[in-house]
This record gives sequence, structure tokens and C-alpha cells, in this order.
Amino acid sequence: MAFAKNRNSRRSPLAAIFVIGIGLALTGGGYAAATATVEATKPVSAAVDAVQVEEGKKLFLANCASCHGSNGEGTDAAPSLIGVGAAATEFQVATGRMPGQASGPQLEKKAPQFTQEQTLQLAAYVGSLGDGPGIPTEAQIMANGDSTRGGELFRINCAMCHNAVGAGGALTEGKFAPSLKGVSALHVYEAMLTGPQNMPVFNDANLTPQDKKDIITYLKFVEDNPSAGGYELAALGPVVEGLFAWVFALGGIIAITIWLGAKSN
Amino acid sequence: MSEKEHDYAGGLAVVAKDAVKDPGIEPHRVRMTDKSVKHEKAAARQVAALFLVSVFGSAFAIWAYFAFPLTEELGTVRNNTLFLGLGITLGLFGIGIGAVHWAKTLMPDNEVAEARHQTRGSDEVRARAVEIIKLADSESGFSRRKLIRRSLYGALAAFPLPAIFLFGDLGPDPKDTLRHTMWKKGTRLALDPTGTPIKAADVTLGSVFHVIPEGLAELEHHKLEEKAKAAVLLVRLDPADLKERDERKSWSYDGIVAYSKICTHVGCPVALYEQQTHHLLCPCHQSTFDVTEECKVIFGPASRPLPQLPITVDAEGYLVAQSDFNEPVGPSFWER
Repeated sequence: MAFAKNRNSRRSPLAAIFVIGIGLALTGGGYAAATATVEATKPVSAAVDAVQVEEGKKLFLANCASCHGSNGEGTDAAPSLIGVGAAATEFQVATGRMPGQASGPQLEKKAPQFTQEQTLQLAAYVGSLGDGPGIPTEAQIMANGDSTRGGELFRINCAMCHNAVGAGGALTEGKFAPSLKGVSALHVYEAMLTGPQNMPVFNDANLTPQDKKDIITYLKFVEDNPSAGGYELAALGPVVEGLFAWVFALGGIIAITIWLGAKSN
Repeated sequence: MSEKEHDYAGGLAVVAKDAVKDPGIEPHRVRMTDKSVKHEKAAARQVAALFLVSVFGSAFAIWAYFAFPLTEELGTVRNNTLFLGLGITLGLFGIGIGAVHWAKTLMPDNEVAEARHQTRGSDEVRARAVEIIKLADSESGFSRRKLIRRSLYGALAAFPLPAIFLFGDLGPDPKDTLRHTMWKKGTRLALDPTGTPIKAADVTLGSVFHVIPEGLAELEHHKLEEKAKAAVLLVRLDPADLKERDERKSWSYDGIVAYSKICTHVGCPVALYEQQTHHLLCPCHQSTFDVTEECKVIFGPASRPLPQLPITVDAEGYLVAQSDFNEPVGPSFWER
């Protein structure tokens, strides 16, 4: 208790070093805490703290490091995670795409392997590795934008792969753009922000946070409102509709024609 | 040829001697409704039931009209048209099916063959026809009055001529509009649909921007025509991944490349960009272009690479075009 002992006397030269030490620790820690908070601007639960990062690191070493390297630096099997950010991690882990089970044309959505808490810990850890987009806030992903504008943006930027109402579609060599039905607003936002797998990145200069919000609003609108044109047939468009017409409509016409020409028993 | 066969072939121009032998009418089969009163009554009830189904359908349609009203909400169209349509269908279908069932089960079903009548008229009729034509000719003076006859030929020949000039409306000749787009030296690349100019620094790795020329969003006339030609896809790759010919090295900026979004096959917007493989897929016919190799065709029916827009940055850091495309965009046409 050197500090207490020297209180009323002339300060020891050690006191200055001590004060500087405290000052450094506070600024550094504060900076770390502040950046971490910006990094993972929380969706659901508490702020990112050192404990969360520490827990995340343990999970990372146990589940991810064999492919992504023990410091997330990447290996031949998997890319570096430095700088991908918390949003990308939350997206990949919470949708079950990561940890990947088998290599294939693309990693598919499956039941998540981690709890929400563990997912956020992992996201906090990966987010702490480098500067990358953080998890969007509740306010950012709220579906209270302009669905008409969102629809226009969706048709220009997303519909060519994901279909005009987000029903998904095929890409090359076994890859596909998944259906967006039932995908949470958080994951839609994170996917636009980080460009998972073969999806391009739509950064905030390309689609502003308001644009992203409008797109989420549009997706929610088409999910909540029935198609005015009747049964959608999975919204897959002319191929499915044509097949339906050929099989059922033409089949019905043929059946009636045969009945017309048949003699009564 | 027997007398009977001749009767059948009476109206035909050619009677083939070696044709397949006419099997004649198949033997008459007596229906259950002819054999038993029970079946006949059942059939009568079925027909009546089908007509009642029709009545029910019509009534249902009227009910549906009120039960599923069209409101401001778009989704109400669905049930309104569905149930109204089903009711009307049942109404008409019941009548049709009932009538056919009636005819098939209850009306006489004796097979009958009716021979065609002779096509050649009788000699009297033919002589009378010639007489009428001659009389008309002499009364009208068609053969006699040369002037009238020839001027009539002239009028008939001139009449279709205006149609030839109407073909002119298939034009106008597009002249060189197919060869040029809105892009010119210094035009800024702007975001579709807002028209916000794009800074090179905003185009991060793996991004894809859907681009229109600055000023297009404000056009009052021919906006869609211009957009259909000028639409561009902007992508940033690792410069190490780009394989560019020497003469095109200056067309990209720090890994940012801009290509026409209009497929060279039949003009669909090619915009399915895979950021890991750098393949660009056309959704219509699966033409696939490799962005790393100047968008050359690697799969599908397109025959030419996507035209590249040469770009650079201006003093304020915005991406601008160096010039128009150096070739016409979109599908091939006659002089291309």
C-alpha cells in the first residue's frame, strides 16, 4: 500500500510511474472495450466483454482452429478469419453453415451446433481478431422501412439469384442461392453486409443501412402477404407453372376428350 | 369395285384401288340403359343431378361474389377470382357434362353411315350456269367495253400498293443507336436506381454494384431504352486475379472492372455474380462468363464476351467512364 503510506508525505518517484501505469491500463482497456462494443453492436444480449472473447477463443480453439488456424489466420483448408468481423461469424454459425461438415459445392444451412450464447462468444472472439463488420443492432434490422422501395432495390440487387420474391434459385455447378423464406432479418442483414460464400458483399456504400432495412421490410411483406395470383407453386416461375399447366390442364383436357369419344356401356 | 364401295367414295376425287379394305361399321352394342329400365332411370337421374350441380355452381358463384369481396388489400383478389371462377366453371361444366351424358346414355345410338352426294352438278344446272354468266357478260358489256375493263384492272392493281408503304412503319431505321450508349468520356458511374455516384474507395473486395450512367435516373424520355443499353455491372477483384490483355490493362482501376450487364446471347441482364469463382451467370440460358478473363464465355449459348466499359477515377475519387463501350452491347444483329 505504497500509495496510502505516502499520502501525507512527499510523493515517492514510484507514485508517478504507478499513476502512469493506471492511466495506460484505463485508456487501453477502455479503448479495447469501446472498439469491441462497436465491433459487435449487440443484437439480443449483453455487451461484448473480455470474458466473452475469452470464452469464444476456447470454443474457437476446440471447434474451428483445425481448419481456420489457431489464431484464425487460415490454412489451406479454410480462409483467414482476421477482419471478417462478428457479423459474418454470427451468420455462419447461427445458420449452422459453420462448422462445415463436408466439402461440397457450397455449405448448406443446417441445425446450429452452438447455443446463441456460444455463437455470440465466438462472434466476439472473431470480431476481436481484426476490424470487420459487427452484428447489426435491433433497430437496424427492424422491418419498418419502405417495402415498395425495398422491392425495387431487391429486384435490382438480389432477385437475379434469389428470385423476385426470395424463393431462391440455381447457380453454376451445384451451387444455389437459398430461399429467403423464414430467414431472420438479422441473417438477411448480415448476409448483405458480409457476402457469405459466393454471395457478393453489399457494403453500406452500395446498399445503405436504410436500403437494407427497406429490403428486409419487403421480404417480410412478401412473406406475410399471400400471392394475389393464387397458389404460388413455390414461386419458382414459368418452368414450374408450365409443368403444372401441361400435366394437369392438358391432362384434364385429354381425359375429357377420351370420355367424350367413348361409347356408353 | 363393288357398288357399295363406290357409294362411299362418291365424293372423293381419287379412288385408290389398293386402299385398305373398308372394315365397315362395327357391330352395334346394346347399352345397359337400353337393356334395363333400372339403368335407364339411373342414367336419367345422373343427368338431372349434373344439371343440378350446374345450378349449385351458379349459385355458389353468386355467393362467392359476396363472400369474398375485393377490397383495398391486394391479397383479396386471390379468393375472389378462385371461388367465383370455380362456381362459374361448375355452372357451365355441369350443363356440358350433363348434356353429353344424356346423349350418350339415353338418346338413340344406332350407327348410321351417310354417303356423300355427287359433287358434279347435273347437266341442266351446268348449262344454266353458263347461260347466266353469258347473260351477265352481255348485259354488263364486260367483254365489249374495253376502256371500262382495263381501267378496272388498273384500279385493282393499284389498290394493294398503299400496303407496301405501310411496311415503312416497321422502321424507323435504328441507324447507329444500337452501337452507342449513354456512356461517354467522364460520365460518372452511378448506383441503380438512385443515381448516386460511386467512389472507387466504396467498392470493396467481393462487392458487386449495379450501375447506371449518372444522369440516367433524371432522363424524361427513353429512360428504359437508355438503361437497357447502358446497364453495367461493377465488380472488384484482387488485381492479382485479373488476366487482362496489355491493351486493356488501363481499362480497369485497381481491380475494379465494369462490364455490360446485357447478355450477348439474347440480351437478358447477366447479373448472377459468384464472388468466389468470379463467374457471371445469365439466368435465361445459363451462359457463363469469367470475370477474371475479360468476361469470356465459359459455358452456354452466348458467342461473344460481355463488352467491357473502360473506367478510371476523376479528381474527386469517383469512378468515371473513359469512353463508351468499344463495341455494340447486347445480342448480335444483322450488321454486327
